[in-house]
Amino acid sequence: MNDKKEPDPTDKTEDILKLFKKGADFTQDLMRQNEKLRYRVVQLREEYKAMTRQSASPDGQAAELRKKIDSLQQEIADFGKRFKEVEKENREFANRYVEIEEENNNLANLYISSFQLHSTLDFKEVLQVIIEIIINLIGAEQFGILLLDEKTNMLQAMATEGIEQELIPPVNIGEGVIGKVAASGESYYVDDPVEHLQTSPLNPIVCIPLKIKDRILGVIVIYKLLEQKKAFANVDYELFTLLAGHAATAIFSSKLYSESERKLSTMQGFINLLTK
Amino acid sequence: MPINVLVVEDSPTMRQLIIFALKRLRGSRVVEASDGVDGYKKLSQEKFDIIITDINMPVMDGLKLVSLIRKDQTHKEVPIVIITTEGAMEDKQRALALGANAYITKPIQASKVLTTAKELLGIT
Repeated sequence: MNDKKEPDPTDKTEDILKLFKKGADFTQDLMRQNEKLRYRVVQLREEYKAMTRQSASPDGQAAELRKKIDSLQQEIADFGKRFKEVEKENREFANRYVEIEEENNNLANLYISSFQLHSTLDFKEVLQVIIEIIINLIGAEQFGILLLDEKTNMLQAMATEGIEQELIPPVNIGEGVIGKVAASGESYYVDDPVEHLQTSPLNPIVCIPLKIKDRILGVIVIYKLLEQKKAFANVDYELFTLLAGHAATAIFSSKLYSESERKLSTMQGFINLLTK
Repeated sequence: MPINVLVVEDSPTMRQLIIFALKRLRGSRVVEASDGVDGYKKLSQEKFDIIITDINMPVMDGLKLVSLIRKDQTHKEVPIVIITTEGAMEDKQRALALGANAYITKPIQASKVLTTAKELLGIT
């Protein structure tokens, strides 16, 4: 009799199954652990990345800011340059504006003078216009208009302002400052009209010939300027030139007109006498 | 509305120059008077935005005209510009004391007349 008990194959199977189960559980546990570790690795990587970013940021921002500052400084420099250019342009425009304004004033004075001189054929009115131009546009206080008396060949004062007409004596052509201007046809100006010492009516500060081509009709003599007028401006010389020509023409025309009117009137009277 | 300007001046040359200067004041209308009496008469006929007057004139001078205008309630506030040959400070002070608003001495420049008129009319 054999009391030895044969091992039950079922028990073995169960043991194996248990072993497998344990192995499966272990494997599953390993897998879970693996999963957890993977997740942790990913987390750590992310953290690392974030930390890297953080640690790199101050330098990056500083570089960015430096770049921006450089760019702004360049812009400021450009603006400064442009500002200076515009400022220069503005100054040039302002100067040009002043020049144009002065030119406009001068042209206005010349235009009005010319227009007024030729606005009448009355001899006295022409003389009055010349006087107005000399006072209002040139700024003279004492002056006279001397015309050539063809009978005596002497310059005689025909109109004055600020000085008695009788105080200006007749002047021979070629004699003294006034006579020489009449003889040469060239204008005369003293260097400093304010400081010029006035000694006599034969010693003016300005003497302008009134001429048509080479024919002298008379002269304009200026003795004193208005208190506020300290020196001659460029336009004054242009006005003198205009007066030399246009005033002479206006005087000549008005004289001719007066003479023709007088002759016409005489002839009309004569005709009327004959036809009655 | 045009800017109504009264120019009181006995010299036609000066009147022309002032009118020429005021042409650049857009929309201006200029009425001329040859002396103070003529000017005051025109002032009684219509309203003016500004008056430009000479001092030395026949019949009635510019200072008398300024004085009359300032006594008249209707024209008390109208700006007045004096244009004159008198450059002395006392002449200027006298004119301003009578009620003138600005004082221009001869020889005059068109631009000076225009600038003064613009300033008094508040035109920039």
